[in-house]
Amino acid sequence: MADRVIYATYDDDHTCLESAKKLVADGVHITDVFSPFPIHGIDPVIGVKQTRLGIVAMMFAVTGLMLAVIGFRYIMIQDWPMNIGGKPNFTLLQNFPAFVPISFEFTVLFAAHGMALTYFLRNKTLPGMPADNPYARNTDDRFTMEIRLSDNHGMSSDELQAKIKQTAIVEIEEKDYVQIK
Amino acid sequence: MEYQISSKAKRTIIATAAVGLVLFIIGIATNMDSEQFKTRLFSNFLIDGFFFFAMALGALFFLALQYATETGWSVAIKRIVEAVASYVQVGIVVLLAVFAVISIMQGGYTEVHGHHVGHIYQWMDPVIASDHSSAQFDSMIANKAPFLTQTFFWIVTIIYMATYFLFYKGFRKRSLQEDIEGGTAIHMKNFAKGALFLVLFGYFSSTSSWHWLMSVDPHWFSTLFGWYTFGGMWCTSMTAIMLLLIYLKKNGYLEKVNDSHIHDVGKWIFATSFLWSYLFFSQFMLYWYADIPEEVIYYTFRIDNYPVIFWGMFMINFIIPMLILMSREAKRNPGILMAVCVIIILGHWADVYMLVTPGTMGEHGTIGFLEVGLFMVFAGIFAYFVLNTLTKAPLMPKNHPYLDESKHHEI
Repeated sequence: MADRVIYATYDDDHTCLESAKKLVADGVHITDVFSPFPIHGIDPVIGVKQTRLGIVAMMFAVTGLMLAVIGFRYIMIQDWPMNIGGKPNFTLLQNFPAFVPISFEFTVLFAAHGMALTYFLRNKTLPGMPADNPYARNTDDRFTMEIRLSDNHGMSSDELQAKIKQTAIVEIEEKDYVQIK
Repeated sequence: MEYQISSKAKRTIIATAAVGLVLFIIGIATNMDSEQFKTRLFSNFLIDGFFFFAMALGALFFLALQYATETGWSVAIKRIVEAVASYVQVGIVVLLAVFAVISIMQGGYTEVHGHHVGHIYQWMDPVIASDHSSAQFDSMIANKAPFLTQTFFWIVTIIYMATYFLFYKGFRKRSLQEDIEGGTAIHMKNFAKGALFLVLFGYFSSTSSWHWLMSVDPHWFSTLFGWYTFGGMWCTSMTAIMLLLIYLKKNGYLEKVNDSHIHDVGKWIFATSFLWSYLFFSQFMLYWYADIPEEVIYYTFRIDNYPVIFWGMFMINFIIPMLILMSREAKRNPGILMAVCVIIILGHWADVYMLVTPGTMGEHGTIGFLEVGLFMVFAGIFAYFVLNTLTKAPLMPKNHPYLDESKHHEI
């Protein structure tokens, strides 16, 4: 049986947050919320885990730093030592102050680009990827909750709809769940 | 008002200051006969006088920054920042007294058996600065005359101190007035005054550090020096604010201050540590790269004679905040924060020590009873004065326009 999904739409971020709190307290599992901007404090309510992007950033940063060290050690010390202002050019450690800026640049470059790309990939929002918000107005002034029936086994569609209708919705729609990507 | 200094806190502060005083006297008694004694004593008053004054001044700057940027989250900790800043009143008096004594001593240039053993401001000595016939005449110092003279030093020092004092008094007065009157008129006035203070402070923090600290090495100069001392001062004031916050939270005050506020102050400590490290390295690398003898002597002298303190304080002030405070959880953990803050404060004290002592005492500087003792005495006075200011007003502002935002601060 195809999964069914209920889209409940609100016209205010605060109402959406309060309704989410109420529904979750009622035992409803909210799969996702689509909104034009981040709604503060909704993550813990609908059970979104703390992001691990920071760990990814650290991993990219260390990669960048290591690449920089390997690079300037080979280029500037091992392969072709260059005399720049009479600085010690046969030892990495003594010449290290000269390489601190480039180490820093590489670390930041890798961390920043790595984080941005990971973020786009993980959210499937790279340029050209299809949008997965159910309504076009989710990018403007509508806040939509996605509630899947398969996530709420204890409740029938009617029960769910009745509970949702007690909150200050502006629209409600039930349809077959279509995996966009 | 709602906060009272507990008897335990009072006992701890008095005990710290008393132990410090005993150590200080032991330090004096055991070093009285050494050739460097006078220089060492006044160097220490300059180091501690400046270090704690700067801690308060950094808080005053932070307060002005919050006003000028109309920041919302920090309203709940405003009284803590004000309390730390309130020490500027004592710091100004102490520092002016130290400068006055050094001025009366004409810079404290000391010679024993015809050779130079130490000085504080050697350019204050009329023989060195203006007596062309003397063997001690120093043309490099004489050429810096319009800037490095007692008259100019005192004129600008009094302007700096008066500005800091008046702005502190003004911010504090309006903050308390706002509790009673409300409205946005006071807020807008604070906004304008905060912006004005930032402009003045931008110049004064640089030029004052040249006069007060950099001139102990009168032959050497660095245009980055002011920012460098400013980076250190900002970092120490953020740690002082954090320590006070954690202490008050632990004792059940400030129920509206939540993890997010602590987290934000933690971020400031992390960021300002980086600012300081960045400026340290910027200054170091330019001199290291150019390798011009009269410039690089500043660093070679420190690296040769104080390798442990010089590199140690850089590692402490850079590596420890970077590695420990990087994660989100650490910035929300009072135990970790407290440990890091204490380490950073000691590290930045060592930084100010490195700014002054090699210049004044040459290679003879040591850290002994005298240094530790005087630091403890100053720390006691600082802590008592700051806590005393906290008792004078409610810990939570009442009518600040962004108070509600701050109470619901969540990140």
